[in-house]
Amino acid sequence: MAQGVCVITEFREGAFRRVSFEIASEGRRLADELGEPLLAIALGAGIESLAAGLGNYGVDKVYVVDDPKLEDYRAEIYVPAAAEVLKSLDPKVILTAASVDGKDFSARLAARLGAGLATDCTELKMEGGSLKAKRPMYAGKAFAWYEWSDGSWPQMASCRPNVMDCLAPDTSKNAEVEKAQVEVAEGNETQVLNIEKDAGGKIDLTEAEIIVSGGRGMKGPENFAMLEELATLLGGTVGASRSAVDSGWRPHADQVGQTGKVVTPTLYIACGISGAIQHLAGMGSSKYIVAVNKDPEAPIFSKADYGVVEDLFNFMPVFIEEVKTLKSTC
Amino acid sequence: MDIVVLVKQVPDTETKIRIGGDGKTIDTSDVKWIMNPYDEYAVEAALRLQENAEATVTILSMGPERVVESIRTALAMGADQGVLVNDPATEGSDALGKAKVLAAALRSLDFDLVFCGHRAVDDDENQVGIMVAELVGIPHLGLAVSVELVDGKVKIERPIEGARVTLEGTLPALVTFGGAHAVWNPRYASLPGIMKAKKKPLDTKTLADLGLSPNDVGAGGATIKVTSMELPTERQAGRLLEGETAEKAKELVRLLHEEAKVI
Ligand SMILES: Cc1cc2nc3c(=O)[nH]c(=O)nc-3n(C[C@H](O)[C@H](O)[C@H](O)COP(=O)(O)OP(=O)(O)OC[C@H]3O[C@@H](n4cnc5c(N)ncnc54)[C@H](O)[C@@H]3O)c2cc1C
Ligand SMILES: Nc1ncnc2c1ncn2[C@@H]1O[C@H](COP(=O)(O)O)[C@@H](O)[C@H]1O
Repeated sequence: MAQGVCVITEFREGAFRRVSFEIASEGRRLADELGEPLLAIALGAGIESLAAGLGNYGVDKVYVVDDPKLEDYRAEIYVPAAAEVLKSLDPKVILTAASVDGKDFSARLAARLGAGLATDCTELKMEGGSLKAKRPMYAGKAFAWYEWSDGSWPQMASCRPNVMDCLAPDTSKNAEVEKAQVEVAEGNETQVLNIEKDAGGKIDLTEAEIIVSGGRGMKGPENFAMLEELATLLGGTVGASRSAVDSGWRPHADQVGQTGKVVTPTLYIACGISGAIQHLAGMGSSKYIVAVNKDPEAPIFSKADYGVVEDLFNFMPVFIEEVKTLKSTC
Repeated sequence: MDIVVLVKQVPDTETKIRIGGDGKTIDTSDVKWIMNPYDEYAVEAALRLQENAEATVTILSMGPERVVESIRTALAMGADQGVLVNDPATEGSDALGKAKVLAAALRSLDFDLVFCGHRAVDDDENQVGIMVAELVGIPHLGLAVSVELVDGKVKIERPIEGARVTLEGTLPALVTFGGAHAVWNPRYASLPGIMKAKKKPLDTKTLADLGLSPNDVGAGGATIKVTSMELPTERQAGRLLEGETAEKAKELVRLLHEEAKVI
């Protein structure tokens, strides 16, 4: 008989990624609604000593697979290891992270388990002991609610980073830790040859709280220095429209939109971006949107909480000075 | 070298989404259909290997008759042949159901590499390709922004949060493609290409041809389904700031700090 909620954490370079705490917090809420325990599976190299800390976010018990072979994520060794642990746990609900590796992992695991998977969910609830999941489609132009058919366990959902509320950690609570009896496969089908870190520890757009984006109105790559400066001041990161990326002004990883990153920051500042439907799809779920554009008719203004009709080359330097003043006084 | 590219037809990204009468699918009456942009990148990547490694490129798609148009587009870009699984019983399939159909169709073809988009920009499910790899039992390399063949292996680069990973895999393998238009710059179909495409082989298959029963896939075989759809709450245009440049800048900082409390 399937029981409980199980979250599968994401661990990288000796630490849990923040999204792990978000799914643990969300899992806690669902487990409470079911009145059943919250379990976790933690896979990684050097993870065992940190596993109990998942209790801070509501996890009752963690099954740990700690193996040097798990240093870098590779589907072919992660998926069988997780599937093996799950056999004996038989949870009703499995939550995973919809991060880059998490998406990769979740789909392969779901296929292996024959489970229905809702990816990139933004809202979850239990109804009549069964999961319901809300997730965006068309990059956020629409949302759909999903249900699982009767008795089809486990019900799997991957959660979009930065969306689920994270519990304030309760350091007095530790999770029970058990070493899972799993043989980690050698895995010789794929091999990580190299991992090159992004220069300057850039925050990924999907995880950023503040994004300053530039479009064709920026006129050239050199002018993004202004946006970089603002982003640094605000602790955010820089994004771009497809036009700016197509022009070669910004790397493709900066592209926001339906065929780029879909982002949900608390603040999105669009500079010299017209607001094409594909761009709006990717950033329309931001909590606050600021638009700076010299054309009062630009569609971006219809989505902006605060609009500034100005030549950005006049406005941004003055605005940046004001932000500096604010930062120096508080 | 045989490469099969999975191609899905999706609504044009320009489409303004409206919910259909059943409340759980979109209204497709005015929709213009295109090849999923990420699948277009996969086709482009396959065609580059076709040129360099003398590969055969087969387009595999599942969907209704209209999908022929997208397959023809890929053939016009330079792919060699197409296969369409067109069976009304596949309607209502969940991701795993779709993957089962595609995996069954793949088994009937020769392949060393399977290329597909990392996600289709309609449902954004991000899982069908990966599930195909699991069902067929081959490694998958996800979210490629570059692809190369080196010593009989496939090598990709994939961006993850804050880093770029170089990953290598043995063949046969499935690669899902990410990046952006600027990374792949997929070619346009040339006029001669379009003419040639009309004569290239395009097979249509049903579930029965693939040895599948409608209970395995389609709505009946689905473990997960959409029960309702909703549109996001329309964002209201907020306020336009007034005054001189300096006043607007001051006011914007004040609003973000005091009202929105985001800086
Ligand atoms: C299949 C497909 C997928 C796509 N996917 C995406 C996607 O993922 N993301 C995306 O962004 N786009 C995407 N697009 C492209 C999209 O349709 C638009 O072309 C693009 O978003 C426009 O970028 P932009 O706003 O920077 O440029 P423009 O539309 O050219 O707008 C530039 C704006 O800058 C303003 N401006 C100019 N100079 C100044 C100045 N000095 N001061 C202030 N304002 C100024 C102008 O008034 C204008 O509003 C896609 C298109 C297709 C066909
Ligand atoms: N009906 C389909 N026919 C062919 N390929 C598909 C189909 N559905 C999904 N795919 C492939 O799987 C990828 C991921 O799709 P999805 O999981 O729906 O986001 C797509 O980019 C396609 O390459």
